[in-house]
Amino acid sequence: MVGTLAACGSSDGGQGSGDSKTVTLVSHDSWAASKGVIAAFEKQSGYKVNVLKDGDAGQAVNKAILTKDNPQGDVFFGVDNTLLSRALDNGLFQPYEAKGSEQIKAEYRADRDQHRVTPVDTGDICVNYDKKYFADHKLEPPKSFDDLVEPQYKNLLVTENASASSPGLGFLLGTAAKYGDDGWESYWKKLKANGVKVVDGWEQAYNEEFSGSAGGKKAKGERPLVVSYASSPPAEVIFADPKPDAAPTGVAEGTCFRQVEYAGLLSNAKNTKGGKAFLDFLLSKKFQEDMPLNMFVYPVREGAQVPPEFVKFGPQAKDPETLDPAKIADHRDQWVKSWTSLVLK
Amino acid sequence: MDLTRTEVTGRTRGAAARFGLIALPVAFFAAFFAYPVAAIVARGLKIDGAWQFGRIGEVLAQSDVRHVLWFTTWQALVSTALTLLIALPGAYVFARFDFRGKQVLRAAVTVPFVLPTVVVGTAFLALVGRGGLLDELWGVRLDTTVWAILLAHVFFNYAVVVRTVGGLWAQLDPRQEEAARMLGASPLKAWRQVTLPALAPAVAAAALMVFLFTFTSFGVVQILGGPTFSTLEVEIYRQTSEIFDLSTAAVLTLIQFVAVGAILVLHAWTVRRRETALRLVDASVTARRPRGAGQWALLGGVLLTVVVLLLLPLAVLVQRSLDAPGFGYYRALTREDGGIFLVAPIEAIRNSLEYALAATVIAVVIGGLAAVALTRRDAGRFVRGFDALLMLPLGVSAVTVGFGFLITLDEPPLDLRASWILVPLAQALVGVPFVVRTMLPVLRAVDVRLREAASVLGASPWRVWREVDLPMVRRALLIAAGFAFAVSLGEFGATVFIARPDNPTLPVAVARLLGRPGELNYGQAMALSTILMVVCAVALLVLERLRIADRTGEF
Repeated sequence: MVGTLAACGSSDGGQGSGDSKTVTLVSHDSWAASKGVIAAFEKQSGYKVNVLKDGDAGQAVNKAILTKDNPQGDVFFGVDNTLLSRALDNGLFQPYEAKGSEQIKAEYRADRDQHRVTPVDTGDICVNYDKKYFADHKLEPPKSFDDLVEPQYKNLLVTENASASSPGLGFLLGTAAKYGDDGWESYWKKLKANGVKVVDGWEQAYNEEFSGSAGGKKAKGERPLVVSYASSPPAEVIFADPKPDAAPTGVAEGTCFRQVEYAGLLSNAKNTKGGKAFLDFLLSKKFQEDMPLNMFVYPVREGAQVPPEFVKFGPQAKDPETLDPAKIADHRDQWVKSWTSLVLK
Repeated sequence: MDLTRTEVTGRTRGAAARFGLIALPVAFFAAFFAYPVAAIVARGLKIDGAWQFGRIGEVLAQSDVRHVLWFTTWQALVSTALTLLIALPGAYVFARFDFRGKQVLRAAVTVPFVLPTVVVGTAFLALVGRGGLLDELWGVRLDTTVWAILLAHVFFNYAVVVRTVGGLWAQLDPRQEEAARMLGASPLKAWRQVTLPALAPAVAAAALMVFLFTFTSFGVVQILGGPTFSTLEVEIYRQTSEIFDLSTAAVLTLIQFVAVGAILVLHAWTVRRRETALRLVDASVTARRPRGAGQWALLGGVLLTVVVLLLLPLAVLVQRSLDAPGFGYYRALTREDGGIFLVAPIEAIRNSLEYALAATVIAVVIGGLAAVALTRRDAGRFVRGFDALLMLPLGVSAVTVGFGFLITLDEPPLDLRASWILVPLAQALVGVPFVVRTMLPVLRAVDVRLREAASVLGASPWRVWREVDLPMVRRALLIAAGFAFAVSLGEFGATVFIARPDNPTLPVAVARLLGRPGELNYGQAMALSTILMVVCAVALLVLERLRIADRTGEF
């Protein structure tokens, strides 16, 4: 035991990001990539990749901002459009236009004048439904935001606290995009009157309250509608043993809000050259196609193939709600504050 | 003249020894607690080089903040009262009755105390939530009410009362009460006039500890309370980690600091009162088999409470972990999935054990030195104050410490951000108070005259300690180590903040698995929780074996 500890102590010596042979990635807990793909990058570029996962998305961004004068790594991955302004305003990143940027679908690009961030992946926050519940009750699952306030869906939806959870915030932003500055509050009043339940985090909502997820079934969750991701249904198939032929859950397509995740070269990064190479790698076809099954997100690069499970069980929404990061930056705090006093009090 | 000179050199030598003993704990505490916490508070309150003390008034003026303060205090008071109400009969039964399986049971009721709240919250929801036992039996559901929080606090802190109060109760000489009865006092009167006064300081100390733990409650409130109930600790976490309003977080941290400081000062005072001479006997001679219907009913009632309130939530975890045929979830733990951990989840067990072992060594060295320094008769006011100071990490939010680590331990000579030692250091911060609290009463009970006699006979201070103190405290030392080990195993708040992705601990791995959809992830989380529970239970059971027939400290 002591031997192992000593070994892991000594290996740290060479892992500092000051080492020009190592490129250090700082990210959130959801970061994942196939070993083979990383190995291929290491072989081709000559850099060793060191990954530091740093809590949930918000926490990771906050930590990166706190340590920006002496950053823990060279590249940060995982700031999304809801938090982008916090990162940019605090000077977290330095400009670099990654190779392959021209291949990114235009709608995902941000900060185009300065190139401080590079879009890497995208995902949709959508209401998921429990197929069995709606079949048993001979009820059509909801399709849109408007449906959710209809009486037949009373007391069926569980969502997350918008001030504490990123899907919760995404859902709020989706309603703000859909109904506008003047309309979203009255929409939430109706949603509240229709019995929406709010829990603190995604874990409780999805694993405890939602009747359609594996965890929720065990916990005897009784809400057949939950705010989660468009990629949750494929996850229910891929992480099941034996794998079912069809996903037990589906996505209400008209309730989606699109998230984009960005990466950037950290200001004061010690290995800027390695960091740039790594950003290029994030946009490579190889990485973009490896991403979906590891992080349950979609590629941003044109022409990158999506795995069949995704196409079959969790197709990307055709017409998701979107918001300009600058608009989110201006309104986020006020919206969350109003939402809190409207829905939680 | 000669005499005076000897006295002076003696005093100087005493001061030097005292300084030697206390130097390492002080340095540890300064570098890994005071400095990081002060730095993060300063970051919040100092804007462009100027202190913004006006923020304190502004934050306090917000009605939300006042509501949080009120709820924090209110729920802590009620939780403490409820815990005493439910656990005091338990303390009596464990102290005075002899029954089969007592040791196992005492270890079992302590398991919740050292389990991480992510695990406990899930387990508790299975009891009081929908489809839980209460729901199935009587259709009662508490998952959205404040009752879930209060009961979970009882679940968590039951052991604090049983161990603190019960430990002393077992050593009170029952003949004193019997003598009072002989002289004609009624049972109640005899108890009230003889036993109660002797127990009161221990009850007060236990109550204050429970109050401290519930006042700073985080995971329980976050998981069971939903978004509507928030304690000061939860609010500090939200402001720091989610809203990133460091100045509000700093003010809240200061408020909590003052409150916790007040609780600890009170606690230190009651503990000192408790240490006043009581006639203590060996615990093994005071317990006997229950006699008469009343005593059997009391035993039955306590056992029923323990089963329903403490063992059942734990059993639900086990049951859920076994839900796949052929131990499927356990077998899945050995698979490497490149995804969440970069290593197979089972590796988390080895990481946890290694970290906890390192944390235990640190905690025992630091806590042990501090305890020895604190027992010296010449310990000054400063040293005695240090006693309460060492307890402070129990009451300061993990997120504050974690963020503090990030911004302070990033430069040589303390460039530890990327080092594995950071996790054991953070865990040891929580372990040290337990070591001190376990060792201190035992060390103080060592007859001073023994030490003096040894000194007079020419023994060096080191030799006095080795020959007089050590044999008497060896067991206490082992128990302290065991408790520090169990607490480190279960530590979540600070660890999750600094644990590296390739080395997750058990609680961190559980939390990450729960954070992903899919049956296998959920099942593996339950399986890992069960393993963690079993490891903690085994550690505590070993402690119970050591504990027999020995006078030990508060735990």
